[in-house]
Amino acid sequence: MIIRGNAHVFGNDIDTDVIIPARYLNTFDHDELAKHAMEGVEADFYKKVTKGDIIVGGSNFGSGSSREHAPIAIMATGISLVIARSFARIFYRNAFNIGLPLLEVNEDIDSIKTGTPLEVNLDTGLIKELLTNKVYNAAPIPEFMQELLRAGGLMNYMEKKGH
Amino acid sequence: MGMTITEKILAQHAGVQHVEPGQLIMAGVDLALGNDVTAPIAIDEFKRHGGKEVFDKSRVVLVPDHFAPNKDIKSAVQCKILRDFAKEKGIENYFELGNMGIEHALLPETGLVAPGDLIIGADSHTCTYGAVGAFSTGVGSTDLAAAMISGKAWFKVPPSIKFVYHSSKKGKLKSWVYGKDVILFTIGEIGVDGALYKAMEFTGDVIDAMNMSERFTMCNMVIEAGGKNGIVVPDTTTVNYVNQRVKRAYTVFTSDADARYEHVYEYDLSNLKPQVAFPHLPENTKNIDEVGRIDIDQAFVGSCTNGWIEDLRIAASIVKGRKVNSNLRMIVIPATPQIYRQALKEGLIETFVDAGAVFSIPTCGPCLGGHMGVLAPGERAVATTNRNFKGRMGDLKSEVYLANPAVVAASAVLGRIGSPEELGIKG
Ligand code: SF4
Repeated sequence: MIIRGNAHVFGNDIDTDVIIPARYLNTFDHDELAKHAMEGVEADFYKKVTKGDIIVGGSNFGSGSSREHAPIAIMATGISLVIARSFARIFYRNAFNIGLPLLEVNEDIDSIKTGTPLEVNLDTGLIKELLTNKVYNAAPIPEFMQELLRAGGLMNYMEKKGH
Repeated sequence: MGMTITEKILAQHAGVQHVEPGQLIMAGVDLALGNDVTAPIAIDEFKRHGGKEVFDKSRVVLVPDHFAPNKDIKSAVQCKILRDFAKEKGIENYFELGNMGIEHALLPETGLVAPGDLIIGADSHTCTYGAVGAFSTGVGSTDLAAAMISGKAWFKVPPSIKFVYHSSKKGKLKSWVYGKDVILFTIGEIGVDGALYKAMEFTGDVIDAMNMSERFTMCNMVIEAGGKNGIVVPDTTTVNYVNQRVKRAYTVFTSDADARYEHVYEYDLSNLKPQVAFPHLPENTKNIDEVGRIDIDQAFVGSCTNGWIEDLRIAASIVKGRKVNSNLRMIVIPATPQIYRQALKEGLIETFVDAGAVFSIPTCGPCLGGHMGVLAPGERAVATTNRNFKGRMGDLKSEVYLANPAVVAASAVLGRIGSPEELGIKG
């Protein structure tokens, strides 16, 4: 699968409290959550997202709480993919469980700037900056996670497997 | 090749002889937990995907502890979703106000978690129960929904890291130094992603000498180092604790002598001092005597990390006969109703109130900036909680310093972050 979108760059240790502050956890309405996505670091983030855009984070993206509101809020803004050096583990499983793909890149992605158009091949893990043709290699998404994505998340996957 | 306790529990629950780090498994769960923040999403998913009955009425646990007693109308709706679902599905372990406490103290206290269990909870601090020798980890709402239907969850078997803590005084730490300081020190050493995706196994004479509440505190905070689970191999302290509470059979697993660890860290903690984690990451730790002058607006003793009766006793022993500094508020919140009752019996509540602190019913409260002590811009709190992320306890421009209950109580009297020694109290 190929994803094209503009980059929105964030730094290291973006935790779930800045992705979606706890005061908004008294609802799980997706549109409502989208309005507060990334509010801890960037107010009105959702207004800057065009459907299909890509978040580029640093290390330990999504650390902190187990709130699924975090990937839900990100996805509800129209973000189609998050790329980072590493992800916190509960965020990682939550994202795939709801069908939001993540790519872990063990390369220097710090030079990617907000607004840069990217093209990402989810099958090979190849990330390309479209203006400069600079490429980065991400670890391919593990087979089981790909199955989750293809099924449209864990619930559909379990249903299909008849668990 | 032998296996670690974590690997053995996972293998048993996946119905296989052996597992390797990195392996993906589907495993049966002994307990699936949700709260008023995470369970409503899970219940919604459960219904949307045609869930009819939960896999086992005695193994689903719902605790409305975050925003309860309902802090506003939206929270009231969330809590009602849990209550209605619990009634409709006949869930035996739904905790209504009066019996409700912070989930991670409530479950061990009521005997719901046992050694050898595999437990998932839609709350990141579910890792707390590793202290009883269970594999226990935080997941998301969708995982909870799937587990409520199927009784199963997927896992990637984590590599294990071993932490061996010694002290020259038969495992005893210095005065005013506790499990909280050991885990803060450890996170300071390895960093907030130092154990990412990994199992943290705690051993050594320092752990042997610790009571259960300190072990809970340590396992509680493994997530602050990115860990998947924290675990202590059961010993007589564990068995004495669970035998008074757990009413079903359980299995004690141990780690094999030839088990594989990705890394072994050894620390001599004979001279460890109380630790303080500065904003905005739990890894920003300093020794208490390197803190400098940090004036504070709020001192908070509570949460699933340090809301145990032992923590309240420590804090009370410090404020007893003293006054909370007039420049700040001190808030004390016991983790469970049983702890509340015990504090009442021992006269701790009176001690706190006499000192000018407030004492609340059990709830998560200010820990996550929910209610009961939210911070204004520019305000600073010193707290016994586990996270000091930006905005964690209120406004984005507020600050949280993490410490043990002795330091928090002493700071409440001093008006700035400091140790009980500065008040002339001997440990
Ligand atoms: S006390 Fe704090 S850390 Fe513990 S469950 Fe409640 S909100 Fe989470």
